Amino acid sequence: MKIEIDEGKCVAAGHCVMVAAEVFDQRDEDGVVVLLDPAPPEHLHEQVREAALLCPANAILSGGRDSAS
Amino acid sequence: MDEPKVLPTAARATGCPYAPAAELYEMQKSEELPRIRIPNPMIGEFEAVALTRYSDIRSALNDDRLQMGFVFDPDAPRTMLNQPGNLLNYNGAEHSRLRRMLTAAFTVKRIRALQPMVEEVVAERLDALAAEGPGVDLVTEFSTPIPTQVICHLLGVPYADRADFQRRAKVGLDINTSREKQIENLAELDAYMAELVAAHRREPGDNMLGILVRDHGPELTDDELVGIGNMLLIAGHETTASMLSAGTALLLQHPEQLAVVRDDPSAIDGAIEELLRFCSPATTMPRQAAADLQVRDQVIKKGERVMTSILVANRDPDIEAPDLDTLDVRRPPQPHITFGYGAHQCLGQQLARLELRVALPALFNRFPTLAVGVDHDEIDYRTTALVFGVNRLPVTW
Ligand code: SF4
Repeated sequence: MKIEIDEGKCVAAGHCVMVAAEVFDQRDEDGVVVLLDPAPPEHLHEQVREAALLCPANAILSGGRDSAS
Repeated sequence: MDEPKVLPTAARATGCPYAPAAELYEMQKSEELPRIRIPNPMIGEFEAVALTRYSDIRSALNDDRLQMGFVFDPDAPRTMLNQPGNLLNYNGAEHSRLRRMLTAAFTVKRIRALQPMVEEVVAERLDALAAEGPGVDLVTEFSTPIPTQVICHLLGVPYADRADFQRRAKVGLDINTSREKQIENLAELDAYMAELVAAHRREPGDNMLGILVRDHGPELTDDELVGIGNMLLIAGHETTASMLSAGTALLLQHPEQLAVVRDDPSAIDGAIEELLRFCSPATTMPRQAAADLQVRDQVIKKGERVMTSILVANRDPDIEAPDLDTLDVRRPPQPHITFGYGAHQCLGQQLARLELRVALPALFNRFPTLAVGVDHDEIDYRTTALVFGVNRLPVTW
């Protein structure tokens, strides 16, 4: 799994940090998502998928062509 | 007296105030998007396209072509819907600019750091309940003061001013209040907030207004700061107050679910999400089309207003989860849209979660025999206001 984020879209709602704190953080100055691990290990994939689903701004892109890997 | 006005997209079932009215489920089933009349004291009655399906609303709220529809107009009288600095009055780049200045104060980390303060506020309110004794109204002694004190703390509002503050917020959210009364009420709130802003300009406090003045002082006008303060106040307290009282009333009618909230700390986060989904305090969210757009195969024309029903969308049978009409606090996390969706999704949602997560278990632990002091069907629910809630909730133990 490879993750990409779109900072421009992020509305700093923090769902990603709530469900996958190992993978996402937020910048102190403006709350925008920070990607801690662009290729997280298998056991975190489910959480990342949930983060992408909950993100209200579609700022987290995960899976796609990588979803099979 | 006139019949109280009810937004059709907020209509509740006759038997259960938590459930959407049958008409809303009808609209949801219908392939054709209904156009309905919406009463509004500010702009008069208007027509809007009703969106009731979960997936329609999610994509609509995330579509740039659907805008807030009440853009700030400096030449029109100040109302709740016409405020500089209020995020709900901005779209696109202007909205992001303002929102970005505010988000630093609302990161998960910053909100978690507020936990001790929230715990202190809750402990104080529990003592106040105990001191009043059985028969006390939970709404006035617990559900309303908690978020009010928290937001006052964050804005730096002195304790002595809270009652007035609370009253003005309540008036501002009542769709049955006349336009004149709304304008007058907001003028009072503005005047108060302007003094607060001036104080922070002189000496920025250690709270949200202080942070804003310190980090973004020159970029924000005093007017914008006043609007931001009003927005944080209104958004920050009425909805959370409603969740505390409507959530408590609901759990008291479902003792086996209440036991989970009280006794299982590992289940609390999921339980709060389920309560948020089930109560949907901000029942509807309005938008306006800035350009033609399509929902399924139907066109919403540029200029048309749109009214989303969060209430019925959160129970859409199309969502792949069993029986969303049943409260089940152990349900696996269910993506709801209680806080909206898209660029305008609630800025204060993590704060709201924190307050609920601290307050509800503490209440049920302190008063294990808590019960509603009237018959359940006599609970005075607030079903006509923009925010669902309970007017009075006498409790005993
Ligand atoms: S969930 Fe989405 S909007 Fe929220 S902080 Fe993470 S990336 Fe940003």
